[in-house]
Amino acid sequence: MLQCHAKNCNSNNYPLQLSKVEVVNQETEFNPMFLRNMLPKLEWNALVKTAFQINVTLPNALPESSTDELDEEFLKTLHRVLLETHIQQGQMTCPNCNHVYHIKDGIPNMLLDETEA
Amino acid sequence: MSRPEHKAPPEIFYNDDEARKYTSNSRIQSVQAEMSLRALELLNLPENETCFLLDIGCGSGLSGEILDEEGHIWVGLDISPSMLQVALDREVEGDLFLQDAGQGIGFRPGTFDGAISISALQWLCNADQQSHNPKARLNRFFSTLYASLRRGARAVFQFYPENDDQCELIMSVAMRCGFEGGLVVDYPNSKKAKKYYLCLFAGQIPGKQKQQIPQALGEEESEPTGVVYSNQRINERQKVKGKQRKSVKDKDWVLRKKDVARMRGNKEVPLDSKYTGRKRKPKF
Repeated sequence: MLQCHAKNCNSNNYPLQLSKVEVVNQETEFNPMFLRNMLPKLEWNALVKTAFQINVTLPNALPESSTDELDEEFLKTLHRVLLETHIQQGQMTCPNCNHVYHIKDGIPNMLLDETEA
Repeated sequence: MSRPEHKAPPEIFYNDDEARKYTSNSRIQSVQAEMSLRALELLNLPENETCFLLDIGCGSGLSGEILDEEGHIWVGLDISPSMLQVALDREVEGDLFLQDAGQGIGFRPGTFDGAISISALQWLCNADQQSHNPKARLNRFFSTLYASLRRGARAVFQFYPENDDQCELIMSVAMRCGFEGGLVVDYPNSKKAKKYYLCLFAGQIPGKQKQQIPQALGEEESEPTGVVYSNQRINERQKVKGKQRKSVKDKDWVLRKKDVARMRGNKEVPLDSKYTGRKRKPKF
């Protein structure tokens, strides 16, 4: 969902690479409606790539069927990745300009230096 | 009215102490809750649907709690680490980001179904550092926000404009970034309850009728409903004061003085009675 927003970093700035992460799972309520709405907004390849970095595997290809008839199993996986997985500590690196954003206590620090802003 | 944004930049003004005070103040809590509900109403989201919302200047998550209660999933960003720490301690549901809105928000295009911001926009109008240019910062903020919203989504900002110029500046920048919409002023005749909501539309939904600026509340009647001012703290303070400050010249003091005068035998000293050292009634 996040891309590097430093000023002169416009291409190839997504997704941010995760490293040195600590992952925590928090159970939340399952809401298939919300997930169906979210699905068109996701860039599937990027999500698979990011999920792989935190050792979660997702199917490589998005199921072909229309969003209304997705099976429960798939939505459950998606729910786990999107809503229950929280990154507590770690770093995000922009693949283009190599800017490192630190994550502390689950809060990513997205502040930029004056020169980059 | 004092303006916190004149005192210090937000990340410094809202330190640990101020963040805790802000969040534990029951009046701020209820005002924030009321404004969040109103902002949510202005967002005009489809009913009974969980939406993905952005809270700009989420602070300690007071407004986010309202979004939770309404069943939405939200992401909050704020520039003050202390406020976010309080939010963590309160275990709010949304994902939090430490971010300066004036540097732009780096979300993917079309991510959010709506955005709200409660009492935050006025902070952006200040130049706290030499390199800051309010106009450029607003411009960057609105353009990145426009990109991150779904087409037809709304963004509602409750803010406290300092003067008309500031209002105009914000509006003109927002319009230039492609937003449509306008200012909704609730209770324009009331001094305390008057609230400014900037209601912006990120484009129109294709195939639907043009979005209209919502009606403001309380344009005719002057008495607002909602949060009433309770001078609870002032009352408490006075209670404490009353206990601590006892009159020095109480009955014991008068009796002692009279004893001393009798021992010296200088003048005729009145006799002691049950009225000694009592206050006279006002009608006397």
